[in-house]
Amino acid sequence: MVEAPGADKHPKGRLDEATNTETVGHEWDGIEELNTPLPRWWLWTFYATIVFALGYSIAYPAWPMISRASEGMLGWSSRGELASDLTAQASERSRLVAELAITPIQSLPGKPELMRAAVAGGAAAFKVNCVQCHGAGAAGSKGFPNLNDDDWLWGGDLVAIEQTLLHGIRQPGDAATRQSIMPAFGVDGLLTPEQIEQVTSHVLALSGKARPDPAGAKIFADNCAVCHGPGGKGSRQFGAPDLTDAIWLDGSTREDIAAQIHRPHMGVMPAWGERLDPVTIKMLAAYVHSLGGGEKFAAVPDATAAPAEGGARAAPQGQPSPTTTEAP
Amino acid sequence: MTQDQQLARKPGTPPPSLYAKREPVFNRRIDGRFRRIKWAVMALCLAVYWVTPWLRWDRGAYAPDQAVLIDLAHRRFYMFGIEIWPHEFYFVAGLLIMAGIGLFLVTSAVGRAWCGYACPQTVWTDLFQHVDRLIDGDRNQRFRLYKAPWGPSKIARRLVKWTIYLAISFATGGAWIFYFADAPTLQRAFWTGTADPVAYATVAVLTATTFVLGGFMREQVCIYMCPWPRIQTAMTDEKSLTVTYKDWRGEPRGSLKKALKAPDAFGDCIDCNQCVAVCPTGIDIREGAQVGCITCALCIDACDRVMKDVGRPRGLIDYATLEDAQAEKAGKPPTPHLKLIWRPRTIAYFLAWSGIGLGLLFLLGARVHTEVTVAKDRNPPFIVMSDGSIRNAYTLRLRNMQARPRRMEIVVEGLPGAVMWTGDTARQQASARLLRMVPADATQPLRVYVVAPSGTRARDFAFTVQAVGEPGEADRSAATFDTPEG
Repeated sequence: MVEAPGADKHPKGRLDEATNTETVGHEWDGIEELNTPLPRWWLWTFYATIVFALGYSIAYPAWPMISRASEGMLGWSSRGELASDLTAQASERSRLVAELAITPIQSLPGKPELMRAAVAGGAAAFKVNCVQCHGAGAAGSKGFPNLNDDDWLWGGDLVAIEQTLLHGIRQPGDAATRQSIMPAFGVDGLLTPEQIEQVTSHVLALSGKARPDPAGAKIFADNCAVCHGPGGKGSRQFGAPDLTDAIWLDGSTREDIAAQIHRPHMGVMPAWGERLDPVTIKMLAAYVHSLGGGEKFAAVPDATAAPAEGGARAAPQGQPSPTTTEAP
Repeated sequence: MTQDQQLARKPGTPPPSLYAKREPVFNRRIDGRFRRIKWAVMALCLAVYWVTPWLRWDRGAYAPDQAVLIDLAHRRFYMFGIEIWPHEFYFVAGLLIMAGIGLFLVTSAVGRAWCGYACPQTVWTDLFQHVDRLIDGDRNQRFRLYKAPWGPSKIARRLVKWTIYLAISFATGGAWIFYFADAPTLQRAFWTGTADPVAYATVAVLTATTFVLGGFMREQVCIYMCPWPRIQTAMTDEKSLTVTYKDWRGEPRGSLKKALKAPDAFGDCIDCNQCVAVCPTGIDIREGAQVGCITCALCIDACDRVMKDVGRPRGLIDYATLEDAQAEKAGKPPTPHLKLIWRPRTIAYFLAWSGIGLGLLFLLGARVHTEVTVAKDRNPPFIVMSDGSIRNAYTLRLRNMQARPRRMEIVVEGLPGAVMWTGDTARQQASARLLRMVPADATQPLRVYVVAPSGTRARDFAFTVQAVGEPGEADRSAATFDTPEG
């Protein structure tokens, strides 16, 4: 049996009874498609976006080629934009940078605007270069000094901090590096385990954590006092820590202290003068100094105030002048 | 055929177009009671809009002297003696809520009075229609000109008219920016081409919208674009005033001539169409209340004048509530005016409106112009100092909300033995209280180190700030002190 073709049954343009909408003539199992065209404004917007896209793809990098995309009439690239942004940033900062470059670091506190800029720049540089060891809050960890506190191994004024940054700590090949060695009293057999036990007791006693140990005190006076001082107050010339205070770089328990005497842990830091420019170093020094433990620079060995040779304060072991004048 | 009839069409007929071409409106000049009220409201609204930015208000050396200033760049809102900071934006929000409830109040009491008299769209459309009349003449001339083919005279008239439109639009858009910066300074900068591009862009956009909305779209904005008429249908009830054609009195319509022949066959309406001729939205009020009616009452003026001329009582078209219309139809006296306004619904709106207003006034009077907020350093949470004491670092923000520098005293409360010093002083100067000069109308960040004796346990404490010599001008902010003991 032959039925009339669908096109005759549902001619295009017939009106649907329920909705009074034109049908397009398609029918599937009795389901018909109604002709409800897109609104005109929508269509024109759509065409406009196509025109825009064509223009855009000509003006900007868009079409994939064999080795790289088409470059675009405007010559724009994200890398180029970054470069121009960076240049603009640099030129904006150039005045401050130039001023920082010629300002000796000990004069920074007298220039609050410059100091603020230096601290802000230092905070950024710290996050890139220093947080790996000193931590994001500069609070350090066991074996890595906390830079927020008021305890400084090598000096905590601006000049001393800049010096430490420039030449690093225990960096071979840098004549001006912060240099000192604590003997490995246990490993090298300089002290017997029993003696180490006694001197550990004495060290603990220095900060009131153990009863005084006369034998330990004797060993301390013979072996340790040369760097740590007779009272255990430490020495910044050798980076020898103060053993009487509440801050313990490598731990404050009896085991920690005994282990340090047996086989000392001695921290190192790169000589940043080889890696960073002098202005960034100044900024880093200003930032570290600003963390709450910074000390005032006393201008005794300042080249303008006194001869550079500085007489009695000449630093041993190639220690650079100026060093800190803060009494321990 | 009404819209309903159009929609309820027979099956099989083609769908009607949803697009309706605009019928141009050439409303006739009319004078009368409501027209004069409209003149007065229009003059007031335009004067307020154009004059306000130029009013001065002395606030001393540290604050601008513009009476009303929305200083977005410095995040301050000045309104005569009141200065609002961003965190006090609830005052502005409260004013906006009051404006909203005020609209409800007005609508439920006197109907669409806002639409008819005070809405900017109405005011500016009215202004532009007066320009039409000035350039092209009254209703009939304008209609003729509209029908006339384009020729030199028509082009010239149109150009002159649109230039005036543009001038008004520019003055409108131009005045807006003066609310956001010092008006005299900005005006100089504007004319010398040195003002911020944002200013030019704002003026351009507002000039364009005024030109289009006031010059050409007019009543279409009210009928098609504005949501307020739709909301108003929910706000009004049978006790709200609306412009009413008293059909029981007017119908059936008949001209004077016909009425002379058959005195008892016709109502008061002489079908002169004056009510249609003066309507700024081009509707026929005799078809009843409708969304196109903004209740500007010009048809009342027109009808009253005609009734006077033909010696019939005024008020064939008049303000009336639906309830009164029913009463009048039944021959009962209308409700007294006071009773129309003084009813539970309006009283409720009025109470809400005035409650918010009084609340804002109270807050305004009671607010303190000194504030402190505290942000604690979280990394590291605490630092053990070489003497065993514990240091925590905080960033205080001292807020001086008065237009003069003030000395403030900062005290640590609830942390025994604690002393503090700031980021730019040394621990040697630490003490339990700090004095700080805070600049006028400013927030000053202050980095503070607080040190507590060894052995202190973690605890909550507070920073208090007191403006020196000003009792009551104080604030307090809670903080936490962390220690290794936990």
